[in-house]
This record gives sequence, C-alpha cells and structure tokens, in this order.
Amino acid sequence: MSEPAAHSQVETSTPKELVREPLVLNNRPLGWITNQVAGIVEGEMPKWWNIAFGVSFLLMLMSFGYIGYLITTGVGVWGLNHPVAWGWAIVNFVFWIGIGHAGTLISAILFLLRQKWRTSVNRTAEAMTIFAVICAGIFPGIHVGRIWLAWWLFPLPNANEIWPQFRSPLLWDVFAVSTYFTVSLLFWYMGLIPDLATIRDRLRKNAGQCKTGLDKMINKLKQFLYGLFSMGWIGSNRHWRNYEKAYLLLAGLSTPLVLSVHSIVSFDFAVSQLPGWHTTIFPPYFVAGAVFSGFGMVLTLMIPMRTIFNLEEIITIRHLELMCKVIMATGTIVGYAYGMEFFIAWYGGNPYELYAFKNRAFGPYWWSYWIMISCNVISPQLFWVKRFRTSPWFIFVVSIFVNIGMWFERFVIVVTSLHRDYLPSSWGYYSPTQVDILTFVGTFGLFMVLFLLFIRYLPAITIFEVKAVTPQADPHAVEGGADKVKGGEH
Amino acid sequence: MGKSFAIMAEYETPAEIMDAAKKVHAAGYEKWDVHSPFPIHGMDDAMGLDNAKVGYFTFFGGLIGFTTGMTMQYFMNKFDYAIVVGGKPLFSGFFAFPVSYELTILLGAFGSLIGMFVLNRLPRHHHPLLANERFADATDDKFYVVIECDDDHYDEQTTRTLLAETNAVHIEMVEDPE
Repeated sequence: MSEPAAHSQVETSTPKELVREPLVLNNRPLGWITNQVAGIVEGEMPKWWNIAFGVSFLLMLMSFGYIGYLITTGVGVWGLNHPVAWGWAIVNFVFWIGIGHAGTLISAILFLLRQKWRTSVNRTAEAMTIFAVICAGIFPGIHVGRIWLAWWLFPLPNANEIWPQFRSPLLWDVFAVSTYFTVSLLFWYMGLIPDLATIRDRLRKNAGQCKTGLDKMINKLKQFLYGLFSMGWIGSNRHWRNYEKAYLLLAGLSTPLVLSVHSIVSFDFAVSQLPGWHTTIFPPYFVAGAVFSGFGMVLTLMIPMRTIFNLEEIITIRHLELMCKVIMATGTIVGYAYGMEFFIAWYGGNPYELYAFKNRAFGPYWWSYWIMISCNVISPQLFWVKRFRTSPWFIFVVSIFVNIGMWFERFVIVVTSLHRDYLPSSWGYYSPTQVDILTFVGTFGLFMVLFLLFIRYLPAITIFEVKAVTPQADPHAVEGGADKVKGGEH
Repeated sequence: MGKSFAIMAEYETPAEIMDAAKKVHAAGYEKWDVHSPFPIHGMDDAMGLDNAKVGYFTFFGGLIGFTTGMTMQYFMNKFDYAIVVGGKPLFSGFFAFPVSYELTILLGAFGSLIGMFVLNRLPRHHHPLLANERFADATDDKFYVVIECDDDHYDEQTTRTLLAETNAVHIEMVEDPE
C-alpha cells in the first residue's frame, strides 16, 4: 500500500464539522435588526394592546382597591386564622419573587456561560424580573398589618430608639429583595443605554418626516427623553471597553445575588422549627423552583409577543427549545427535591416530620399537593419529545401549567405545614377570602400594565447584543467584510 | 459654523473598520476613536487600548458594602440596642453575613455602573458628533473612525490621505457647533 492512499483514508474518516443553527434567521443585515425592534416602539400599537392594557389597568385598580380596604379595615379581611397565620400573601410573595429569577439567570448566568442565544430574550426577561419583584414587594408590605409602620423593616432611626433585629431571616429578606430589585434595575438600565441611543438617533433622522406641528413636538419631546436616558451614548469603542467590563462585573455580581435571594427567601421557612419547613434542602430546592417558574413565565410572555410583533426570526424556535430544556432540567431538580423531602422525612426518624409529609399528600390539602405534582413534575417531562418543545402553542400551554404548579408549590409549603400544629386542639383549615383572591388576581393586572408599557416605550429586544452575535458583526467572517480587506479572512 | 472638531470616516463592515483602526493606531494618533453600533471583538487590541479600570470601582463599592453591613449590625444589635432574642448572641459574623453579603453586591453594582460613567465621562449630551447628520447611523449599521483635530499628529491633508487609503466610503470634517 502506498503512502498517499493511507493519507486519503485518514482524510475521509475526519467527521464533518457541525454547523450551529444561526441565532438570527435568514442572514439578515444589521439595519434590519434595528428596524424590526425599534419599529415596534415607533409604530402604532395594535388594537389588542389597547384592549389588554384596559383590562390589565382595571385589574390593577381592583387590586389597589382591595389593598385600600385591607389597610383601612385590618388583616381580618383575609382568611388568616390560628394556626395558619401565613396565607396567600406569603404564597404570592414567594411566587412573584421566584418568577423574577429566570430574568437574572438569562441576563447574568447565561452571559457568564457565554450562551449567545440569551441576547434575544434577555431584555424582556429582565423587564419581567423587575415587574415581578414589584408585585412581590407589595405582599410583605401589606402583610405587616399596620402598613404605616412598614418602614420599621429598614434600619432607620425612629422615636422609640430601637433597631431592627438582625438575627431574623425575615430581615435578611428585606435586604435580599431590595438589593435584588435595585441591582436588577441597574443591570437592565445599563443594557438599555445603547438601545435608547439607537432610538434617539432614529427619531432625529425621522424628524424631517413629521408633517404637523404636533408631530414635531412629540418627536422633540421623545428625542429629549430618549436622549436624556441614553446619557449621550455615541458608540465609542473607548466607551464600549468600559461598558463591557462593567456589564461583565454586573453579571458576576448578579449571579451570586440571584442564588442568594431565593436561598434567603427559603430561610424564612427553613430557619424555623416547624416540620415541613425546617429542611436543609430548601435553599437549592427553592432556587431551582424559582428558575423553573421564571422560565414558565418568560415563555408565557414571549410566545405571544414574538408572533404579534413578527419577531420569529430573532426569537427563533431554537430559542424556545433551549428554554424548554431549562424548564425540563429545573423541573426534574424540583421533582427530585419533592422526592428527597419525603425520603428524609422517613429516614430522619422524626415522627412529626413524617406526619407533616404524609399529611401533605393525603391530608385535607391533598388536592393542592397533587396539582403541584402533576404540573411541576409530570408536565415538564413532556419536553423530552422534540416535537413538543418545538411547537410554540404546546410550549405555551405547558408554561401555563408550570406557573400554576409553582404557585401551588408555595401554597403547599406554607399552608399544609401550618394547619397542623403540635397541639391537635389548635388544628385548623385555611380558606382564602374574596379579598385574598382578588388582590392576587389584580397583581397580574399590575404586572401586565408594566409589561405592556415596556413593550410600547422600550426596545423589547437588546438590539446591540443581537447584532453582535450575527456573522455580519464578525470581522473575520465574509458577512463582516473580511474578504474586502487584505488578510482579514481566516 | 463653529470650528473644526474632527475628521470622520465612514465604513460599512466591521472588518474594514478594524483594518482602518490598525492603520490609524500604527500612525501614532492618540485622540481618536472608533464608533460602532455594538462592541467589535478584537477592536481594543487593534486600537492599542489596555484593560478597563472599572473593576477598581466595583471592588471598593463591594468593600464599603461589606464593612457597612457588618459595622451597622454590630452597632445596632450589640452596642446601641443590645437585647437578647431567643438566647442568641448579640453579635455573630454568621447571622450578620447575609445582610453584609447583600450590601456587598448592592454597592459593588453601584460601583460598576458609576465607574463606567465616570471612566467614560458620561453623561455628555453636547458632543459635536451628536449634531452630525451622518453620524446618526453609528447606532444603526455603520462604523466610524473619528480623529480629533487636537491630536498632535493631526494635519488635515495627511490625516485625510491616511483615511482615504482605507476602505472608507465617506470622509468628512465634523464641525463643533458651539
């Protein structure tokens, strides 16, 4: 056998390099991305926007009305009793704060892991985080009962010359949640700066097309506001250098932050002595559950959004599929945690603990437990089938189940652990009142009001980051002009 | 018309501006910049820029946050209002940790953002480039090299020639409207 023949045999057995699916379909130019995303902000909103906004606004007002009723009357209007002193308010707080975690996971953790697909979804997900934390913050605030004293939660000097008690995880929560809100807002705002500059410059270019005096005034006002918040951004590379470093550092800070927030929320329960709450598995279990629920909400919001605003080429099926995989992974972790709780309840040999868990699955609240199991453990497993995780309508339905299931998880943890005390004489059953239910329903109105305003006034997709992951942005790719300069392509 | 501010050259692709940036850097210019709608990978090297200094701001922000958290809790629970709750110690680094940890992150984040603004000399709403018609595409899909007239190596003729030898599609003088 001759030398060249052996050589060619080696050549043919080399596997072909796999090509990644593109993040923006159809090889669109950079300007197309700007037009597509900024066009949403500049154009008229479709009719459904007005309808959705109207409905959400009314729901929000309803929630505020019930909160006003609560404040003027007292927490007796809720279904709280003895022994169930934490009811829907705490369930809702944990539910909303958990929703937020997907936004930070996408914006910070996936950034550090260099998952380029995050660029199309991070802006919306971060907005969702901020709005969810706003909804979450309402509940502990009104749960203190005398809401006019809620400022005692913060270490501010007061006339009684007393200070907060830092040994309580409830106070850690105050710091965790307020830090989470502030840092998410900073991170989100920083990402917005270059995109606000894009809109500012487009308004300036379009100023000549304004016909009436009113149009001109609106254009001027918008230029002023978008310009003000874009801080005079001019896309300078000397600026980008500091910007990218600051962005990386914020991602590095948000990652331990997001893991700590739900860990600290879980301490609210885990640090107590109550069977069903006093569990060391809580911090990781809560974080996984939070990411799981958050991705559910991201998909619930994003699937209609990409269809209505024709963003299917930027938020592609591949993006949805990857998010479904995260749901499947975190859903499996959550399922494992449910199983492990039961195992430890039996293996730990504590009869109260074992009772609490048996009672959870087969006691008076059995229905909530099995809703939780079917939504959180069974429904994400459907995503093993590729056809399911690539059909938007199917994902949408499952994402709704995930939202429902995760709300019930918190209900199961809070209420089923409380309604059976060590003393059978204080056993009770908790049911929410109309005020409980409608206040919570109304917070979806608040959430949607904020989200709809966001879609209308801010670019819903990070324009500059999406551009940066296209081949048109790569100086070494032919699309980036590499063939036009000497020695550019490799 | 105000006085001349800089010469601006427009490019259509990142590869072409990268090539131009290397040439401008090699010619020894100091007061010049590249403007692009997104950060271009490798441009810092092409321009000869060193590592960004934002990290110092983050570090000091975080340090202040952690110290504030620990001293605040010591002062409030051990010194100014010492009251035993649940038989727990008046102060311990363990229970004080979560709050200090959150404050580290909070002030570290403020440090990063403020550091970015300070180092970039932003906000600056009156930059001469913002008044330039053509430059509006810098946040859309065009790329610009801008060489300031204040630069020591600047000479209108030679600078124009240097830029003309690159793949620039358009070269113009930017006026300072002030």
